Amino acid sequence: MSGKPVLHYFNVQGRMESIRWLLAAAGVEFEEKLIMCQEDLDKLKNDGLLMFQQVPMVEMDGMKMVQSRAILNYIATKYNLYGKDTKERLLIDMYTEGMTDLYELFFKVILAPPEEKDAAKSLIKDRAKNRFLPAFEKVLKSHGQGYLVGNKLSKADILLTELLYMVEEFDASLLANFTLLQALKTRVSNLPNVKKFLQPGSQRKPFPTQEMFEEMRKRFKF
Amino acid sequence: MLKFKLKEVKSGPILHYPECLAAGWGMLSAAVTIGDARATRQPDPPPPRRRQCSLQACRVQFDEEFLETKEQLQKLQDGEHLLFQQVPMVEIDGMKLVQTRSILHYIAEKHQLFGKDLKERTLIDMYVEGTLDLLEMLIMHPFLKPEDQPKEVVHMAQKAIIRYFPVFEKVLRGHGQNFLVGNQLSLADVILLQTILALEEKIPNILSTFPFLQEYTVKLSNIPTIKRFLEPGSKKKPPPDDVYVRTVYNIFMS
Repeated sequence: MSGKPVLHYFNVQGRMESIRWLLAAAGVEFEEKLIMCQEDLDKLKNDGLLMFQQVPMVEMDGMKMVQSRAILNYIATKYNLYGKDTKERLLIDMYTEGMTDLYELFFKVILAPPEEKDAAKSLIKDRAKNRFLPAFEKVLKSHGQGYLVGNKLSKADILLTELLYMVEEFDASLLANFTLLQALKTRVSNLPNVKKFLQPGSQRKPFPTQEMFEEMRKRFKF
Repeated sequence: MLKFKLKEVKSGPILHYPECLAAGWGMLSAAVTIGDARATRQPDPPPPRRRQCSLQACRVQFDEEFLETKEQLQKLQDGEHLLFQQVPMVEIDGMKLVQTRSILHYIAEKHQLFGKDLKERTLIDMYVEGTLDLLEMLIMHPFLKPEDQPKEVVHMAQKAIIRYFPVFEKVLRGHGQNFLVGNQLSLADVILLQTILALEEKIPNILSTFPFLQEYTVKLSNIPTIKRFLEPGSKKKPPPDDVYVRTVYNIFMS
């Protein structure tokens, strides 16, 4: 037992990537038990390790945590990335939930049938450009500080940075007019722990492609 | 509806959402049925998310402003009252809160419904998130094509009986207490109760093989504030109907 958190998930970003980012940014070393085939998943289920028969699951501090939000909140609290009081926590929560809304649209593109893919992609562009990115840019502008909440690095900044990388990979032009967001992305990326995580060979997983999804579909029969 | 004495704040929280959209079962004093619709463009009109959230362990008065027209939503958006141009939105403590989970967490924390320490809080979080996965199916249900609806009821019942209820039944049997976590009412109980009652509307005998959950449901429902909330005339919203579905489409999709 190494004492390090152990992450159980597929070898993809999916719903575990935000957790990887948060742990990495907090400077927490973690292990991964990657689920490579149906048998791996079945074993976890049959051993009673998954509360709702689902992954992500993170073994940490004597718990087998499930549900990505619950896991993220635990890690954020433990490593002081959740603000200093209820109001800051609230803001961090609101911003994070907004980010999740946009993040989910990326899943939708992958899951959409061929004839609906263009519409799904347009939706990301629209929502990023007109709804979510402006909201976060405005927050940064309103207080002029380097981080979203309380002038201190929090879960919100880390997850926003992750999201901005995804948006950039999807369509770099979407970030064009958001100078404060770009500055935040750079700032967070330059933090030593994050910088390390962004290097090749880290536990960061690649941007999802249709091919990866089809491969998963075959292996896990869904 | 329950109005209790409050060591109050001059104006209680104000909830903005569509009323019919509010079809829902809310627990506790602030039943916020939330019309958090995402106008995603898909061949079939996409189901806006109507989230039924129960807030505030009683004792909190609140007002409601129902959205019934597109113009009302537009006004909120133009007035920059909505952080992400979406509802629900709750005005409370001088702030405009959005995002269902954030609102739930804030209120839970404020009213001691979030456990006594980090471990209890995390457990509550896990239970709430799991239950919300199930509740979300219920929320989406009225927006499915009519021919798909019966099949989905079966699907929800299966998920409830195979995946979710066994977990909570085991928890309750394990400690023999009246609440899921820490022997006191928490957000987890509220959301679970709401979900169970909502499911029972569609599948009356859904708890038939879960004796502990049955007893749990009865006990929670008898907590005075909750009991009052479950009585006719309260702010608890009825199950969704066609009027509700149409209103949502008009506001978010036209």
